[in-house]
Amino acid sequence: MSDEHARAAPPPRKLKLATVSLAGCFGCHTSFLDIDERLLPLLERIEFDRSPLTDIKHCGPCDIGLVEGGVCNAENVEVLREFRAHCRVLVALGACAVNGGLPAQRNNIALGELLQEVYRTGHGLAAGSRIPDDPELPLLLNQVHPVHEVVRIDYFLPGCPPSADAIWDFLNALIEGRAPTLGPGLLQYD
Amino acid sequence: MNDSFLLDGETIPFSPGQTVMQAAAAAGKYIPHLCWHPDFAPHGSCRLCIVRIGGRYATACTVGAARGQVVENRSEAIDAERRTLLQLLFVEGNHFCPSCEKSGDCVLQATAYEMGMLTPHFDHFYPDRPLDASHPEVLLEFNRCILCELCVRASRDVDRKNVFALAGRGLRSHLIVNSESGRLADTDFAATDRAAAVCPVGAILKKRVGFAMPIGKRTYDPRPIGKSHEPGTREDE
Repeated sequence: MSDEHARAAPPPRKLKLATVSLAGCFGCHTSFLDIDERLLPLLERIEFDRSPLTDIKHCGPCDIGLVEGGVCNAENVEVLREFRAHCRVLVALGACAVNGGLPAQRNNIALGELLQEVYRTGHGLAAGSRIPDDPELPLLLNQVHPVHEVVRIDYFLPGCPPSADAIWDFLNALIEGRAPTLGPGLLQYD
Repeated sequence: MNDSFLLDGETIPFSPGQTVMQAAAAAGKYIPHLCWHPDFAPHGSCRLCIVRIGGRYATACTVGAARGQVVENRSEAIDAERRTLLQLLFVEGNHFCPSCEKSGDCVLQATAYEMGMLTPHFDHFYPDRPLDASHPEVLLEFNRCILCELCVRASRDVDRKNVFALAGRGLRSHLIVNSESGRLADTDFAATDRAAAVCPVGAILKKRVGFAMPIGKRTYDPRPIGKSHEPGTREDE
């Protein structure tokens, strides 16, 4: 290819990446930001769609969706389904998305009992505390579920959180069209 | 000692009476396992050590080594079967690694890393299994029990106390404590018992020593379990 042609060739299309935290703690997003200055070369190859980093409210057509957190309420279900509908490749990012994680530790306590104890009968409550019932609050599910129990997931990246290096390697593989694998020391459940 | 078999194409010597697992371990070769321990009689229940011998599946911990055997161990197909067994174990209990003191020292977790398990795949049971904190020195966390019976064997065969047993059948199988109340505090169990140190997961834990070892220095942080059988290392304790 001549120099002229090389100059004329359009740069590769940037991939669209959406991220969200459902029943998570944003620890996985924080770990994602821990790729530090590598974020700059990453931004040469991807652009963010819906994400806490852009504040875009709804996910458009995307190449990659990263889902942090499990599914604990009706809004989580709706957002997760929106991600599945719009993302070519959907990734469960971190322990809670993969197996429910910390929020799922409530799963063998009946939801009614749980709310009673947290808001009515537990320690340290203000007088007159009651179970929040604002209609804008999404309804809780009986149990917290990993995302793969609700929609089809293409890849899983475990860890609490997955390390920045694991996320970096993983995204690079996806961007370059390789099947992501976690190298030595990058597969951790804790 | 001239007897030998082939394990993934490598010649492994064995002495009469040894199992495939014992001969492989003696040669520093890793065959994945959970319920097998070199100091105890084989149990053959976890099925992780399944191998193919002459095209047939067998558990390496129970099948005798024989001259000329051709044993297939770490093939992608067999590791995939092992991954499925691990996934079943993970969804049947409550294995929440980030809050577990055994994390980094856990044979179940280390084996899942070795098999490349990225997801539990199946729907979780999230069983309700109350723990037993009655004993002053040892905690029983039934949520993590994988029914390997190593504590049963250690308490019966080494400690001579018969503190533990499995009760129930199939999905209802569970670990029980041999006292009228069912509580560990009401047995003669002691923290110095072999059964207190043999649990491969975080089901039997000594109190007040959790998280003493920082992340990075735990058993399987520097060396994955697949390398832990190589000469000069010990698998547990």
